[in-house]
Amino acid sequence: MKREDLYTLLFIAITIGLFPLLAGGQEYYLSLLIFVGINSLITMGLSMLMGYAGQISLGHAAFFGIGAYSSGVLTTKYSFQPLEAFCAGIFLSAIIAFLVGKPTLRLKGHYMAVATLGFGEILFIVFNELSPLTGGPSGLSGIPPLTLFGHPLEGANYLYLVWGLVILLLLFSLNVINSRVGRALRAVHGSELAANAMGVDASRFKLQVFVLSAIYASMAGSLYAHFITFISPSSFSLMFSILLLMMVVVGGTETIWGALLGATLITLLPEYLRGLEDFEVLAYGAILMVVLLFMPQGILEGMRKMLSKKGEGRVGRP
Amino acid sequence: MTLTSQLIQYLFTGLTLGSIYALVALGFTMIYNATGIINLAQGEFVMLGALIMVFFTMVLKIPLLFGFVLAVMGVTLVGALFERLAIHPLKNASLLTLIMITLAGSILFRGVAMFLWGKDPYALPPFGDSKPVQFLGATLQAQIFWVLAITILVVFGSGFFFNRTLLGKAMTACAFNPLAAQLVGISVRKMVLFSFALSAAFGAIAGVIITPITLMEYDRGPLLALKGFAAVVLGGLGSAVGSVVAGFIIGVLESLGAGLISSGYKDAIALMVLLLILWVKPSGLFGSAEESKLKKF
Amino acid sequence: MSQRVLEVQRLQKFFGGLRAIDALDFTVAEGQIKSIIGPNGAGKTTLFNLITGIFPPTGGTLEFKGKMLNDLKPHDIARLGISRTFQTLELFGNMTALENVMIGRHGRTVAGIFRAGLRLPGMRREERGIKEKAFEELHFMGLENRAMMGATSLPLGEQKLLEIARALATEPQLLLLDEPASGLNIRETEKLSETILRIRERGITVMVVEHDMALVMEISDDVLVLNYGKKIAEGLPRDVQRNREVIAAYLGEELTDA
Repeated sequence: MKREDLYTLLFIAITIGLFPLLAGGQEYYLSLLIFVGINSLITMGLSMLMGYAGQISLGHAAFFGIGAYSSGVLTTKYSFQPLEAFCAGIFLSAIIAFLVGKPTLRLKGHYMAVATLGFGEILFIVFNELSPLTGGPSGLSGIPPLTLFGHPLEGANYLYLVWGLVILLLLFSLNVINSRVGRALRAVHGSELAANAMGVDASRFKLQVFVLSAIYASMAGSLYAHFITFISPSSFSLMFSILLLMMVVVGGTETIWGALLGATLITLLPEYLRGLEDFEVLAYGAILMVVLLFMPQGILEGMRKMLSKKGEGRVGRP
Repeated sequence: MTLTSQLIQYLFTGLTLGSIYALVALGFTMIYNATGIINLAQGEFVMLGALIMVFFTMVLKIPLLFGFVLAVMGVTLVGALFERLAIHPLKNASLLTLIMITLAGSILFRGVAMFLWGKDPYALPPFGDSKPVQFLGATLQAQIFWVLAITILVVFGSGFFFNRTLLGKAMTACAFNPLAAQLVGISVRKMVLFSFALSAAFGAIAGVIITPITLMEYDRGPLLALKGFAAVVLGGLGSAVGSVVAGFIIGVLESLGAGLISSGYKDAIALMVLLLILWVKPSGLFGSAEESKLKKF
Repeated sequence: MSQRVLEVQRLQKFFGGLRAIDALDFTVAEGQIKSIIGPNGAGKTTLFNLITGIFPPTGGTLEFKGKMLNDLKPHDIARLGISRTFQTLELFGNMTALENVMIGRHGRTVAGIFRAGLRLPGMRREERGIKEKAFEELHFMGLENRAMMGATSLPLGEQKLLEIARALATEPQLLLLDEPASGLNIRETEKLSETILRIRERGITVMVVEHDMALVMEISDDVLVLNYGKKIAEGLPRDVQRNREVIAAYLGEELTDA
């Protein structure tokens, strides 16, 4: 699998590299792809949590928000450097993920789902209520753009920044997946009982992946804040958490590439719904339902099954 | 207003809110007892009940009582269809898929509601007088008493149903041991369908009775579901009595918190209760730790 | 005198009113093959679950080479040197045979998320070591040709051997086999018998829960008989075989003097 992954990575890198030329410098298309990249950062972490560690989080928008607000608040109100705020966001997300994750990951199935839902909602309320800090429902504006040697990063350059990070984290994630840690996670997913009996401290790894996914989401949030320079709580609501979940499920949890595919499809979806905004939520619900009923392993696996020959001795999910 | 009358005010508001949470919690419990799954679309049944009632009484000008019955029947049908089309086909799927399908249902219902009714909140006229009532020094909306009365009626009615009637007992049997239930001739399929239909009905009733007081919009569902679930966990999953009592407790806590501490964070209160219970004693006030370890979730 | 690997004293496990294990005392000596037999429901798997920390005892003590096992978690106990297979085959169906065995090396290796993500040289060396050791164990069990196949796509007999390979990869000092012969045909059972003896040759102490009496008689140094959670006999295989109480327990009724 390793070679396959490398080629896919190169393909993505080249596509992104050439994209600004193909897009003819159109800001709009560049923005779209930047959003795809930002969402991919989150879904990669979520995919590792759900697909490999077998856990669920219905509140990941909260970590996205923590990253965004850390960058936003610290750079506008406290004159932090963007990089410092970026790191502060990661730190804050990691700590909160650790504190929340420890008791939550012990819970089984539905309880965990609801606990993460509750957590996400609480943070949404906090973003709304801490107005002096976050600007409340009206949001926080004037977030400085990122600069390199004094020149603001915009358009194609921001695209490269975001996707550069995506590719770096992809490499990191793939390394983790193909390592002792990745195997341990898959073992826990396969049979937590046996994993424990073989010396895997299941709770510890589940927590580590949860924290890692929170860090990914926080990074995405920071990049988001500096890109659109204005953030408000509505971007970090339950609906976004569900959207993230959809991206992972629709793309497929079998491999981490599903996360990218799902992020691409769902982020671009509103484009196909131009003029049909009333249908947006309905469309999301319908799509999720159709995928769950007819292609529960996601579109990537669905396509792969259709294209590959049978009898290759492929390892299936339990 | 004196402190006492303020507290009475908060208490009654809390009991009113708590009624809704209790009804939602009952819905959760019914479905859980029959199927072992948590229906994340429970809140949407409440929302749909309210909005459909709005359509019947405000647009079609149907008299209140008929509108009530029709709205509840409508949502019951929705619940039944949801079970047939989305839940039943997935009965052997993984836990994650089951959680997600009820989530998908909730989004779909919300999407339909947004499409049909838009994002604005809607009101319903109170059932009786719109004149407020004086009680122990506090000024209360008359609708509050309707809410409490109807809720108590439903709660006792369902208590009677589950403990005294054959059908009700059959539904509980299915949750404990579906195989054994089948062997004695209970159709598990029908029971599951029935549990969804009944949960939807309860949700719809809750939606209709509360809207004259709190209004209703298309996306109220998730928060209602979360708080209802908080009641379920606080009361002990599977215990109907526990769910109802806990629902009232949470409603009162929320109301007191909103009045005495801060109204902005009032939703967070119920949610904090939820998280704390899940983290500290997931078996709830009325459940036993050992029993909850044996349950699937 | 050979060392005591496992010392169980006044062990008790109650599930509510059910006495799954009741006042159990026994020891296991180093290098022994000790079999645990008894009718269904006698508490044999519960005993294994207690030893491996899946749930805590209600009373009594479990000591492994002088260390108390009572409050330890399963993964800690595994790292101490106790490993097991399961009555209900708990392979990782989402991984290949090789990967299953590689998991066995988890407790003896250290690379965490950070080192793994950055693929530091130490981690890469460790990975190579893990793979080598895993192949060794697959080879020991005769499964090296199955390395790349999905674990649950193997025939049942090989799956059972795979679970043993995985347990061996943890470098245990005490190996618990829970009904390793169930579902195996005669030829496979003979091979299993040889394998258990070869495992003992490696210096590993083995405890076996089994129903296959021929296998038990052939390989055991010592046999412990449980019924209703209590010990009803312990000793050499041929002595236990002739014990009246043991026979009665299996046949379920009093024997008349014949």
